[in-house]
Amino acid sequence: MKTPSRSVQDPLWAQTLLIGAAVSFLGLFLLVPLASIFVEAFRKGIAVYFSALTEDNARAAIVLTLTVAAIAVPFNALFGVAASWAIAKFQFKGKSLLLALIDLPFAVSPVVSGLVYVLLFGAKGVFGPWLKAHDIHIIFAVPGMVLATIFVTFPFVARELIPLMQAQGSDEEYAALSLGASGWQTFRRVTLPNIKWALFYGIILCNARAMGEFGAVSVVSGHIRGETNTLPLHVEVLYNEYNFAAAFACASMLSLLGLLTLCLKTLIEWRAGLRRHNH
Amino acid sequence: MSILVQNLRRTFGTFQALRGINLEIGHHQLVALLGPSGSGKTTFLRMLGGLDFPDPGNGRIIIDDEDVTEQPAADRKTGFVFQHYALFNHLTVYENVAFGLEVRPKATRPSKNAICDRVLELLRLVQLEGLEQRLPSELSGGQRQRVALARALAIDPKVLLLDEPFGALDAKVRKDLRRWLRSFHQEIGVTTVFVTHDQQEALELADMVVVMNQGQIEQVGPPQEIYDHPATPFVYEFLGDVNKVRKPGRPDLFYVRPHEIQIVFAGDCSADFHARIEHLFAAGPSARLTLRLLDSRETIDADMTRQQLDEMGLSEGDEVGLKLSASPPSAPPAASL
Repeated sequence: MKTPSRSVQDPLWAQTLLIGAAVSFLGLFLLVPLASIFVEAFRKGIAVYFSALTEDNARAAIVLTLTVAAIAVPFNALFGVAASWAIAKFQFKGKSLLLALIDLPFAVSPVVSGLVYVLLFGAKGVFGPWLKAHDIHIIFAVPGMVLATIFVTFPFVARELIPLMQAQGSDEEYAALSLGASGWQTFRRVTLPNIKWALFYGIILCNARAMGEFGAVSVVSGHIRGETNTLPLHVEVLYNEYNFAAAFACASMLSLLGLLTLCLKTLIEWRAGLRRHNH
Repeated sequence: MSILVQNLRRTFGTFQALRGINLEIGHHQLVALLGPSGSGKTTFLRMLGGLDFPDPGNGRIIIDDEDVTEQPAADRKTGFVFQHYALFNHLTVYENVAFGLEVRPKATRPSKNAICDRVLELLRLVQLEGLEQRLPSELSGGQRQRVALARALAIDPKVLLLDEPFGALDAKVRKDLRRWLRSFHQEIGVTTVFVTHDQQEALELADMVVVMNQGQIEQVGPPQEIYDHPATPFVYEFLGDVNKVRKPGRPDLFYVRPHEIQIVFAGDCSADFHARIEHLFAAGPSARLTLRLLDSRETIDADMTRQQLDEMGLSEGDEVGLKLSASPPSAPPAASL
C-alpha cells in the first residue's frame, strides 16, 4: 500500500488527539470494567475465589450452562448451514421472508423471546394443559432454557455463512456434481471446506452468546438454585445476596469465555485473511 | 458420441431462454455455440451437461441413443468446463483431477495406483507435469483452464462441454490455447461443444458452428459455409465486418463486406456511390478505409490493397467512388426496414 503524501495527512496534534481519545475511551469503558471484575473476584484471596467456583450451586450452574450450549450450538450450526445453503444456492418463493425470519431474534428483545415460550408452554399457555396432563416440563426446566437459547442464538451461524456462500456461487458444487459426486459428497468435499472458517467463526459467536444469554433464559428459568440457574443467572443471584466475591468470581468465568472467544475470532480472521491473500 | 436434441424449451419466469432447439451433433465433432449474451447458448450447454433441465415435457436430449433428458449431472458422464474453471481451491492440482475418480462408489472406484496413473497421464496430456502439488491459486489462467480440462476428462466423458473456454484469458494466451485446443481435440477425439460470443474463435476452431439468437438457432453449418452464405440478416451482422448499404432509389437494404467494395476515382462514372474518406489505416498489405457516403451520410468500412492505395494516392478527406461487385460472392440477403 502507498502511504499518503505528507500534505493529505492530518497534522500530528490531530492524530495524537484522535488516537488518545479513542484509547482513553476504550480504556474507560472496556478495559477498566473488565479489569475490575478480576480485581473484585480476587479481593478476598484465591481460596475464596476457587471455593466460589467449586461450591455446589456454582458447579451446577456451570454444568447447566455447558449443557444448554452443547445442545443449542450444534442445533443452530446445523440449521445455519441448511438455511444458508437454501438461501445462497437456490431461488424459491418466500426467500426474503426466510431471510427476515432469521434476523427476527436480533430484532426483538431477549425478554420477549423468553415470554413467547412462557405463553406457549407455560401452565396457562397454549400447550400448557396438554403438557401438564402428560407430565412434561418445559418452562422453569432445562428444555425451556434450551429452547430460549436456541431462539436467541438462531442467526449467528446463518448470518456468517449467507454472504460468503452467495459470493462463492454454485459453480464448484456444479462441477462436483458433473464429475459424478453425490449431494453428500459435494457438501463434504467441496462446500464444507469452502465455508469452514466462516462456520467456525459463526459457531464461536453463537457459543459465546449461548453461554452468556441472560434475558430470555431468565424468563423461562424460574431461578431454581442448583437446577435451573445458568452461570449468568447465578451471578445475578449471588450479586443480589451481596455475595460480591463469589458473584465476581463467576463473572470472571464468563469474562474469560469472552476473552477466549475474542482470541479465537482474531485467530480465525487472521487465518481467513491469509487464505484470501493467497487466492 | 453423437448428440440429438429435439424441440428444447426453457422458460425462466416469463423469459423464454430457449424456444425450441433442434440440433444433431455427430461423432468426434468440435461444435461452437455462437451468439450474443442472452441468446441462450450457455443455458443450452448447461442442459446438455445436466446442470439445468428443459420445461417439463418440452424437449428431449439423446446422447448416444440414450434419452438423458431427465438424467441428473452426476449420472450423465459429461465433462463440463466452467467459464471461471470452478476449480476446487482447497485441493491441489492432483486432487482436483482425481476428484471424479475418488467420488465413485467403492465397487467402481479404481485403485489408488490406477487413479495416480490416470491423473499423471492426464496432466501430461494437458502439459502440466510437475505441477501436481500446486494449489489452483498458484497457477496462471491458462494453466487453470487446462487443469479444469484434465479434471473433466478424468471421468472419460462421452462429451466435453466448455463454457466460454477462453473468456477469462488475455489475448495472447487465448490465441495459444485456441490453437492448442484444436490439436488437443484431434488427439483425444471426444465430441466437444463449446460456447463463445467471439465469431472469430468459433470460425477458426470449430468443425460446425451453431449460431444462436434469442433462444433460437439461426443457422447451423461448417464455418466456411456460415461465413460465405449467412442464412439470415442476424448471422450476417453477427459474423461481423459487414456494411449495411441502401442502393440509391431502392428501399432494399444490402449487406456487403468491406473487401467486396471496390474503390475508384470520384470521376469514374461506373461508381454506384460516392463517399469521403474519414479515416485511413494501412496494416501490412491491406488498408482499411472508413468512408462516409455523400448521399445517405452513413458510415461504412472498405478494404483495398496497399498497392492500390499508393497507386491512387488517396488520403483522408478525399472524395472517392465506390463500386459494389455486380454479384458479390456472399449474395446479400435483403432485409426490409
